[in-house]
Amino acid sequence: MQEILEVIFNINTFSAAIRISVPLVFAAIGGVFSERAGIINLGLEGMLLTGAFAGVLGSYLTGNPYIGILFAIMGGALIGFIFALFTIKFEANHVVAGVGLNILMLGITTWLMQILWDSRGTSVNVTGLSEITIPILSSIPILGKLFGSHNILAYLMFIVVIFSWIILFKTPFGLRLRVVGEYQKAADTLGIKIRKIQYTSLIFSGVLCGLGGAYLSLGHLNWFSMNMSAGRGYMALAANIFGGWNPLGAFGASYLFAYTDALQMRMQALNLNVPNEIIQMIPYILTILVLAGAMIRSRPPAGLGKHYKTNR
Amino acid sequence: MIKILKKYENSIYSLTAILLAFLVGAVLIHLSGFSVIKAYSTLFDGAFGSVFNLTQTFMNTIPLIFTGLAVAIGFKSGLFNIGGEGQMYLGAFTTAITAIYLGFLPGYILIPIALIMGGFAGSAWSFLPGYLKAKTGAHEVVTTIMMNYIGILTASYLLLKYFKEEGPIPQTVLIPESARLPELIEYSRLTWAIFIAVFVIIIIDIFFKRTKLGYKIQTVGENRSAAEYAGINSNKMMVLSMMISGFVAGLAGSTIVMGVLHRFITNFSPGYGFTGIAVAVLGKNKPWGVLFAAILFGALQTGGITMQLFAKIPMDLMVIIQGLVILFVAAPILIKKLLRK
Repeated sequence: MQEILEVIFNINTFSAAIRISVPLVFAAIGGVFSERAGIINLGLEGMLLTGAFAGVLGSYLTGNPYIGILFAIMGGALIGFIFALFTIKFEANHVVAGVGLNILMLGITTWLMQILWDSRGTSVNVTGLSEITIPILSSIPILGKLFGSHNILAYLMFIVVIFSWIILFKTPFGLRLRVVGEYQKAADTLGIKIRKIQYTSLIFSGVLCGLGGAYLSLGHLNWFSMNMSAGRGYMALAANIFGGWNPLGAFGASYLFAYTDALQMRMQALNLNVPNEIIQMIPYILTILVLAGAMIRSRPPAGLGKHYKTNR
Repeated sequence: MIKILKKYENSIYSLTAILLAFLVGAVLIHLSGFSVIKAYSTLFDGAFGSVFNLTQTFMNTIPLIFTGLAVAIGFKSGLFNIGGEGQMYLGAFTTAITAIYLGFLPGYILIPIALIMGGFAGSAWSFLPGYLKAKTGAHEVVTTIMMNYIGILTASYLLLKYFKEEGPIPQTVLIPESARLPELIEYSRLTWAIFIAVFVIIIIDIFFKRTKLGYKIQTVGENRSAAEYAGINSNKMMVLSMMISGFVAGLAGSTIVMGVLHRFITNFSPGYGFTGIAVAVLGKNKPWGVLFAAILFGALQTGGITMQLFAKIPMDLMVIIQGLVILFVAAPILIKKLLRK
């Protein structure tokens, strides 16, 4: 018991959770933007996977992980655009199209991995992102351990969380975006360019997932492996809901998931009497519980999942 | 003329979607530096080229009929059950354990019992997502995905802890002869499971077309508030359709254990649960549509392996085609625009 408590409150667990949370946070905020604009985004999973692949591809081709990030952004944006085409222009059922997109991207990334690197399991090793240590911050006892040394994407995550919140809740664009998600007809009557806003938010959603994916492949590790996202896109969607379709909430929820994941990994190393399979289930069980609990008290954007024909 | 076209409108769209998916696949094959003709000809040959290949195709079709039906049944009540993979694993596991421990029973009693137990295991696994969706609105796609992970972990935990055969491979002992489904053609692994699959198709078809309960479930899927207004308990119908869906997904696992593997092995599935999504979407959630779509994807699965072995072209092409088919079928407006040109 003593041992478990030590792991639960260990600073290293909290610090590991920050690292694990980065891809989830990016994807969850991607989910916030698309769902606030009325589009159910189950494609987060495929977008994350695309980002992870494109990041490694960029670093492989140039030897520079920062160009890898650029590739991931472009890859994510492209997939976001394709998802927008299907859900908005071709009026596909959002949920079906999202799942289809995820299967498609799983196939394409695994295919390309074999064409490029002749391996179905993992890619070759590429240059990953290095950690940046912030001078003064890193020497402060607890804060230093938590925030002192991360790669660029982790720092970017904190900025994205705050800016996303400001964009959504403090700017005219954010207000319009939320109106679109609540009631498209009203938004249309107000002269808001619904389509433009929805395309923008989905492409932005793709970009964020691209960054999250790049963190998975270039930050956590320095290679790509088949189905690397492993359900994180779906967890991110749950985090977005649990966080009340709000970037700050999405961050909190993602961190909670990441924390249980970190805990799970550390508990496995303890050789407790609990079997590893059961410990591994904890994050998944928590996702279900949290999602069910969150749905009781929160309300999704009213226009979520609906199609609307504008006359313009 | 227009009337005839109208009647077959759906089939024409689906066919166009498949062609389009293969076309995009061809572009990808070409860009990757392979020969498109060689790829598709080995694919076709691998799926239909000989009696043996045909039996392999049908062997792969059977689980897809079940997992495809499972997704389709969920859709009927408006729920997207993508937890087929986990439900199938638990079905397979439960069937294997039942068959091993009740091995003293004669086959004509043991086989139905083992099948039904597998189905119930699947139901048990799909109950929670259905219940949570009905009670709290928790999105079933997320919960079923999570249940997949939990289910596969549960099955392998129980296997390793209580039922593992001695030796390095994580598997149970073989199930008794009496619990094995008889082969139709010797050494083909194509068994009576095909009849079970067709029987289930017929039952599900009748259920939705002829029974009150089936009608109620569909009403909930089409318009939940209208269904409530008509006095249908939509929550109950959603949970029920999820449980029927899980039952059928469980049968996918049962028939694999009883017909093909003759034991439970971890990681036995090449993703039948997920391919079932493409099967249901392409089959327009109609039981007989599912049959045709399952044959197509069963053929792709079989031919894909041949293509990988003999033409050295990655079989993940199949996954790409699945994804494309889902996207294209989900977007009939795209197909309409293309056909008009």
